[in-house]
Amino acid sequence: MKDYFRTNGQVMGWGLLLAVGFWVILLIVLPQISMLDFSFRNNLPPPEMGGPKDVYKIANYKYLVFGAPGNEDGYNRVDLLVFLRTLLAAAAVTIFDLVLCYPIAYFLGQSPGGGFTRVLVLLLIIPYWINEILRAFAFRIIFGDTGVINEFMMLFGLIDRPIDFIRENIALYAGLGYAYILLMIFPMYNVIESLDRNQIEAARDMGASWWMIHRRIVIPFAKPGISSGCTMVFMLSAGALAAPQILGGPSSLWFTQLIYQWFNTGGNWTQGSAYAVVLLLTCIVIVLAVMRLFKVNMGDIGK
Amino acid sequence: MSAGVGVDLQDMWIKFGDYVAVRDANVNIAGGEFFSFLGGSGCGKTTILRAVSGFLEPAEGKVLIGGQDMAGKGPNERPTALIFQNLALFPLMKVWENITFSMEVRGASKAERQKRADELLDMIALPDQRDKYPSELSGGQKQRVAIARALCAQPDVLLLDEPLSALYLKLRQHMRTELREIQQRVGITFIYITHDQGEALTMSDSVAVMRTAVIDQIADGRSIYDDPATSFVASFVGENNMFGGKVKSIADGQVIIETNRTGTLRARLSGTCKTPLKVGDKAMMFIRPETFKIADQKDDASDTQITAHVRHSEFEGQSYNVFLESYRLLEDADGKEIKMALTNRGEARLYEPGTEMTLQYEAAQAVALPAGAVATE
Repeated sequence: MKDYFRTNGQVMGWGLLLAVGFWVILLIVLPQISMLDFSFRNNLPPPEMGGPKDVYKIANYKYLVFGAPGNEDGYNRVDLLVFLRTLLAAAAVTIFDLVLCYPIAYFLGQSPGGGFTRVLVLLLIIPYWINEILRAFAFRIIFGDTGVINEFMMLFGLIDRPIDFIRENIALYAGLGYAYILLMIFPMYNVIESLDRNQIEAARDMGASWWMIHRRIVIPFAKPGISSGCTMVFMLSAGALAAPQILGGPSSLWFTQLIYQWFNTGGNWTQGSAYAVVLLLTCIVIVLAVMRLFKVNMGDIGK
Repeated sequence: MSAGVGVDLQDMWIKFGDYVAVRDANVNIAGGEFFSFLGGSGCGKTTILRAVSGFLEPAEGKVLIGGQDMAGKGPNERPTALIFQNLALFPLMKVWENITFSMEVRGASKAERQKRADELLDMIALPDQRDKYPSELSGGQKQRVAIARALCAQPDVLLLDEPLSALYLKLRQHMRTELREIQQRVGITFIYITHDQGEALTMSDSVAVMRTAVIDQIADGRSIYDDPATSFVASFVGENNMFGGKVKSIADGQVIIETNRTGTLRARLSGTCKTPLKVGDKAMMFIRPETFKIADQKDDASDTQITAHVRHSEFEGQSYNVFLESYRLLEDADGKEIKMALTNRGEARLYEPGTEMTLQYEAAQAVALPAGAVATE
């Protein structure tokens, strides 16, 4: 701590601490705590808040699992299914992005740099200057009945009638996958860039195949980047709202849309909070479990 | 010894776009030989090594290994193993995994690999380091692991790209001896790249000295040092005092040169130089600092004496170095100091600046060569 103030000085040191403190406590910890607090409360009109009815209970959580009291089914099938599908779809999007982005990251990271690489990186970044919602609408157009993809496939006689990509949720998965590509590429790119090219050549010299080089040298080395990218993509796609709203089929619901409905149209903030807390905690548990499985440390993700 | 696999480069050119990295290299390396390429940075020596190992294809000419043309064969198809300048050990694999990676590639069992790793670790005298990671080893240990890893593939030719350059002086000198021992024990051909002439001269059977893209001379270390073929070799290998001038007369293998800065001096012709000197040619003559003696008597008629003023002198432990400037320094275009090294036998001392001194040398120890490129420090 002494060294910290010696290197940064009193003013700068306190400034940095305050900024980080403001960021972590005011913008992350406090909202989450109040969300947690909310999730255990009754949904009351403002005058009754703090009154005798304002007690802690777990009814909001019970509702997610068992549905409304008196539900004959026993379980809240609809919401639980949406929850499960959201997690599975987020995992699928993560794997899809990983498979798609690893070759790109490897190519960028191991190319000798220079103009061409820089142009490629720019081409990856520039589309993200456009707002997320606009990009989602663009995907709607591309995947629409008269969109580029359907038109082309019909032109070449691959299909007779346009495929309803929206209803099939293909547009949704593509849109989600596309939305977080950069978050997958850049952590991997950063790590792979620091991989000594001589190691790959040494392995080649010793007769290693292309697959062997990746399995034994590049992927183990890139593991921190891979896990960092996967964590972000999984968390963000499980928590995405705009893409499911715009690209989701009429029958498909994303769990975040349920939360949104509770907060917005339902006006039931406490119920929405419970749903949000469950989603957050489940995602954290999944990420930790996967990290454990692949022997990645939390510290590596920060690299 | 000669049972090993030789390497031949025939009229080999390597180009990167318009840039010629290696110009018409012709080298014959005998099987079992310790062969070094010596040259400054950017002279193309590493490029040659990459062409032998298969990471590069020559633009023209051939690379033959054991008499077979290697054109179109990748690094994994050649009987060579390369040790990289930074060693390129795999940081996430244990020492034994590193060493036996070439066996893992071929699908050898774990037990087989560990057994082989133990054998090799014994050979490089690191028996108990099997389960460590490279980051836990010292510089010299890493070095040896890299050698073991390369030898594990049982190559016919081992290629070493300045593997000692990262080590500190004492260890580097120790590793020289060790490398040479390992080479003699395994009996395979070593091709060694270095900018360090000490390494090249101490370890090698033959040395190729490279100037930018061109090989100037291929010979054993002694010939390179004593009988340089070009002015570049003379100035690059070891320390040398250079005197420019014109050939005045040639007789019995000796040359009289009218120098720019120190009058008329006598030298011998280099035995390895391909372009003979003629009277009137521009020439350079080279005298090594250690071949100077202090003359007993100044003799103005002598053509093996140089009279000069001491500029400064320094004590280097085993020797005293005296730096002098000649009378005619002011008129001299390339006015470098003359360096004399006197072995410290207890009686030598530091000389005061300004002292006039007459240096004596043997004509047989001064070499005359056609004027040409010289090494810049």
